[in-house]
Amino acid sequence: MKRYLVNAGNAVAVLASLLALWSLLVWAFKVPKYMLPTPWAVARAVAERYDSLLNSVWITGEAAAGGLLASIVVGVLVALVFAQSRWIRRMFYPYTLLLQTVPILAIAPLILMWMGPGILSVMCVAFIICLAPIIANTTQGLISVDKNLLHLFLMHNASPAEVMWKLRLPNSVPSLFTGIRIASGISVIGAITGELFAGSSQVGVGGLGYSILYASSQLETDYLFALVFAATMLGFAFFFIIMFLEWYFLHNWHESARAPETE
Amino acid sequence: MSEIRPAPHSVPHVELRAVTKRYGAAPPVLEAIDLTVRKGEFVSIIGPSGCGKSTVLKLVAGLAPLTSGTLLVDGMTPANARETVSFIFQDPTLLPWRTVAKNVALALELDHTPRDTRSARVAALLDLVGLSHVAKSYPRQLSGGMKMRASIARALASRPRLLLMDEPFAALDEMSRDRLNEELLRLREEQKWTVLFVTHSVAEAVYLSDRILVLAPHPGRVAQEIRVELPTPRDASLRSSAAMDDCMAVVSKALREAALRGAHAL
Repeated sequence: MKRYLVNAGNAVAVLASLLALWSLLVWAFKVPKYMLPTPWAVARAVAERYDSLLNSVWITGEAAAGGLLASIVVGVLVALVFAQSRWIRRMFYPYTLLLQTVPILAIAPLILMWMGPGILSVMCVAFIICLAPIIANTTQGLISVDKNLLHLFLMHNASPAEVMWKLRLPNSVPSLFTGIRIASGISVIGAITGELFAGSSQVGVGGLGYSILYASSQLETDYLFALVFAATMLGFAFFFIIMFLEWYFLHNWHESARAPETE
Repeated sequence: MSEIRPAPHSVPHVELRAVTKRYGAAPPVLEAIDLTVRKGEFVSIIGPSGCGKSTVLKLVAGLAPLTSGTLLVDGMTPANARETVSFIFQDPTLLPWRTVAKNVALALELDHTPRDTRSARVAALLDLVGLSHVAKSYPRQLSGGMKMRASIARALASRPRLLLMDEPFAALDEMSRDRLNEELLRLREEQKWTVLFVTHSVAEAVYLSDRILVLAPHPGRVAQEIRVELPTPRDASLRSSAAMDDCMAVVSKALREAALRGAHAL
């Protein structure tokens, strides 16, 4: 407990000195406010435009969550197909790597062009960026099953469906969560990238990506900082929600499945 | 289960005739193995590493095909006889996401036992192996010995007539191993299964078995067959008896000779 407090105290001290240094630099070099606002100006921007900031976070959060959920559903389905045979994996797995390596920034305008502006195309960008880690991790979990457990099921003449539902699928849950954890962070990045190209039906009102563009065009640098901060927090929140779900579903057996025996 | 059972100790339960097993083009793992296990018998297979003792069990379970020879379990092919056979692996092979009770219930689920009878049977099985108090615990919360008990309870859930055990207690400390040996014999008195037991412990083999098969390696073959003439039922006091010591000396000697023969073959 004491150590925890010391650690927390250190972290706060680091933050305070960084903020102080930032203010000092702005003041010492007389940096204009549109280039770099002081931390206090950013805090003021957060306080004054709290409602529109929260609205942007909400819009982006919705798009990211939608993309993430869709990628989980589709990713697990694809992984179930991949788990059926090595042959299928060899044929199709390389293409999921393409999903991972395609530059999302280059693909986003295409998707916007095809699907038209709106939350659906933003979700689609988030979906594409999330899909690869879900497929890769879930497939790995489905196929790396203890050989003796497979023998056990075989000894009971279990059907392929029983092996899938009672063995492979539950066995893949920790890996699935690893995939979701990776995807959760990048889903927000995907949504913001999509919003950079999606525009908005209402001038000045939109998701984080749109608002970042708008604020920078208006030289509202203090608000721009507030938006960047909010985007970071949103990614963090996603990550933590997934961490909590992972703990909730797996704490009974997860560690035993990964860490070596300590008894 | 209404067929007339022939008298025990007379009918072959497991029969291997000139069984050879090789993987691909490699030299055979097992060569020309002859082995008969009669109904109700407890036979241990012991031998230096590389003699293919675990492979024998895999073949009897039908988990791997023979290269040549014949193998009958209850007069059937191994795959067809599976319903009456349970395999106990060296590691407990419990599903980590299921509680102990649910792990035992898995065997009943896979055997399509009616749902309403399952919980009563699981409770009875856990009682049998002394795990009732941890029914709702997860495997990771149990000691190695308790996990193995759970594994045994699951194996017994299918009401097997033949138990195949592949070094089931090898990972346990000696005290837990001795206790589980005693309990295994107690359960066998009640349930009368036939057992084919693979081990590398001479003491364990002598204490448990009616008969011990010593295998020699490279390729795996039967080097010697030793009948254990110790009184039954056996209890813990036997461990410190002279008769047990004598028997262990015989098996140890056979094991040494088998290892030497394997070394010459190399």
